[in-house]
Amino acid sequence: MFVPLVISDRLMHDTISTSIPLQSVLNATTKQAEEINSLTNWFFIAAAFIMLVVLTFTVYVIMRFNADKRRNKEKKELSRKWEIPMIGIPSAMIIVFLVYSIITMGHVLPDNDNSPPDLIVIAHQWWWEARYPDYKVVTANEIHLPAQRNLKIQLQSADVIHDWWVPSFGNKMDMIPGRLNYIHINVKKPGVYYGTCSEFCGRQHAQMRLIIVAEKNEDYLQWLSQQQRDVVMESATLPGAALFIREGCGSCHTIKGTPANGDRAPELTHLASRKTLLTGLVPNDSGELAGFIKAPHFIKPGINMPDFRLPDSTVRKLAGYLSCLK
Amino acid sequence: MYLFTALFFFILGGGAALLMRTQLAVANNRLLSPEVYNQIFTMHGTTMVFFVMMPALLGISVYIIPLMIGANDMAFPRLNAFSLWITLLGGLLLYFSFAAGGAPDAGWFNYAPLNQFYYSFTKGIDYYAMGLLLGGIGSVSTAINLIVTILTMRIKGMHLTQLPLFAWMGLVNSFLIIGAFPALNAALCMLLLDRQLHAHFFNNSGGSALLWQHLFWMFGHPEVYILILPAFGVYSEVFQVFSGKRIYGYGFVAGSTVAIALLSFGVWVHHMFATGLGNTVNTFFAASSMLIGIPTGIKIFNWIGTMYGGSIRFTVPMMFAIAFLIEFTIGGLSGIGFSIVPIDWELTDSYFVVAHLHYVFIGGSLFGLFAALFYWFPRMSGRMLDEKLGKWFFWIFVTGFNMTFFIQHFLGLMGMPRRVYTYPDIPGYTILNFISTAGAFLMAAAVLLLLYNIYISIKKGTPAGTDPWDAFTLEWYPPSTHPGKNFDELPEVHSRQPLLDLKKASVNQ
Repeated sequence: MFVPLVISDRLMHDTISTSIPLQSVLNATTKQAEEINSLTNWFFIAAAFIMLVVLTFTVYVIMRFNADKRRNKEKKELSRKWEIPMIGIPSAMIIVFLVYSIITMGHVLPDNDNSPPDLIVIAHQWWWEARYPDYKVVTANEIHLPAQRNLKIQLQSADVIHDWWVPSFGNKMDMIPGRLNYIHINVKKPGVYYGTCSEFCGRQHAQMRLIIVAEKNEDYLQWLSQQQRDVVMESATLPGAALFIREGCGSCHTIKGTPANGDRAPELTHLASRKTLLTGLVPNDSGELAGFIKAPHFIKPGINMPDFRLPDSTVRKLAGYLSCLK
Repeated sequence: MYLFTALFFFILGGGAALLMRTQLAVANNRLLSPEVYNQIFTMHGTTMVFFVMMPALLGISVYIIPLMIGANDMAFPRLNAFSLWITLLGGLLLYFSFAAGGAPDAGWFNYAPLNQFYYSFTKGIDYYAMGLLLGGIGSVSTAINLIVTILTMRIKGMHLTQLPLFAWMGLVNSFLIIGAFPALNAALCMLLLDRQLHAHFFNNSGGSALLWQHLFWMFGHPEVYILILPAFGVYSEVFQVFSGKRIYGYGFVAGSTVAIALLSFGVWVHHMFATGLGNTVNTFFAASSMLIGIPTGIKIFNWIGTMYGGSIRFTVPMMFAIAFLIEFTIGGLSGIGFSIVPIDWELTDSYFVVAHLHYVFIGGSLFGLFAALFYWFPRMSGRMLDEKLGKWFFWIFVTGFNMTFFIQHFLGLMGMPRRVYTYPDIPGYTILNFISTAGAFLMAAAVLLLLYNIYISIKKGTPAGTDPWDAFTLEWYPPSTHPGKNFDELPEVHSRQPLLDLKKASVNQ
């Protein structure tokens, strides 16, 4: 029954796209998920066995002891001896599974050794901020990682409780205001992986999707050095640059190298290097950008970006400027 | 009255469920806005747990238990009436929030800090807190009433060890209610202080978001057993009567109930395995959560053992009881899955949980209510519910139920989080969600059939007589059309099947 969920290679894209491929927790793409899934598989086998036993007994009993067939027969009692295996077998099973899960827990999520994290992800209502402390890089929503390396990720929240969940990566983890949580991952193959926020966090919980780009180490370093740069100089001369400041966009958004330094909304310094907008809801091009600035609540109802009711010409110039921010 | 209250809210809560399933039938649906959807799923959960299941199960308990133990009424009849009206008032207050600017929108477990004024600025959550406080007062006073009744008003000769299992479960359950509700009431009061007087219990400036989860689940996990124990009681009676046999292992059934009740106070963190509390804490609560599976498993086995060797009559209550064995095992096994921490890390807060909890709530508690309704309807109305319509209802409902919720296991495994007002068009999602929605409408159709059945049976059902099922216990001793007090004359009791003894004695004479 799980066959279509596990055999597929379509679970992963090579490039970022707004159409999300088939998802499954049973398709492990990290070492951690592999560990968990071997436990999960044994559990499914054990559960199927118990289900089968209960089903068989029930069907057998109701067929055999139907009143129509037993009008003149003596009633009989089930021997009390049966109680011993019926308690013993499940008890033995849960002891095995308890030990197995303690071992798995220790491997997947070792206790915090206070080593610095490789990456900090901060959840906001309804987007993701990623900080790379060693490289002083801040980005949003499309999170780049090196593949085939042990990574420690620190998870925080800026407002309500969110939850990090990439189904094929194995364990999820809540992101709770006032707490620092950690997960460990080691992605087996470069590729694009999709996840979602998995703790109800308000109006746009449903479309708080998560995109992970796992890259070969050299590609990852190259991406980091590109993100480290300030904003491209040519863009400053565009009419949209001045409008961005004048309309007050900079009080929430940051564009490094300009006066825009807000921290409540996604960092936009290298917006045009991202492939999608709004946590993967629409592709990133100047048309979609303009549409969103014009009517943010039509595209993603309930989000915190105000509808500024800007005139079309302003919107076009802003979108033109933002789509130059490589 | 209790039961009519429950039925009224059942229709409201069911309507909310249908709206949700309609919204989720296809990807990227825009029928409901996220604001409306969030209010509706919150109201669905809150209504079903607090204003359908609670009053329905307590209502049956206060009706049947005095009869079973040979008492003329509850110990405190006025308190009984008070409990009903305060619960109804709580429910109506909760629904009044729609008129007062917006219903609560942070889910039935209403996590902090999303329940704070800054994130939910309509009055909905204030109404939620007040409504649940009132409902809680009703439940606790009913629990006290039941305990006093069962302890002091049993008929002469009926020792506690001869209590019918339904009354026994009601007794244990009442202690659970009294133990569990203080945590909820405290949390609700703190929440009101936060929202109305700007206290800082649960927000980020000085308070703790996790505190709410601890308090809520300290109540919440016993609560799910509060909703299942009376149903276990119903099944225990139904299996005995319709197999024509005494329960297999009375001591085990009664004792395991106490074990469940005690353990249920020590498992709440299994709702919080993904909050990063550390592996030591998680291990302890994983062990206790797995442990609680054993007394529950024993019961399943005891019920099958009860049927073994009997002569089984396939009436509607019995059919629901047998279906319960299967459905509840599915829900119980996925529950054991969640007690295995790494599996919980993969699947918590996904549609797998939605599937799990509906298998337990519907396959466990609601099937128990349906069985109780068909079983005791003749006692309450003097007429039988139509068996033929009842069987149609059974088959349609069970089919719809499995269609709706079995599918959701797969949606969870495929990465669909719960409480989403819409979902992207990921391969497989639309078709599975559509099947699930179709199943929900099938269940709704079945419920309409049930309502028609109740209506037609009250009007012109077959008169039931005094003991239509050839039952074991005293609630079938006095004639069902008897006005005023329950018993004119009290029979003598020497065993766990007093009515059966009386019938045998009269045959022998």
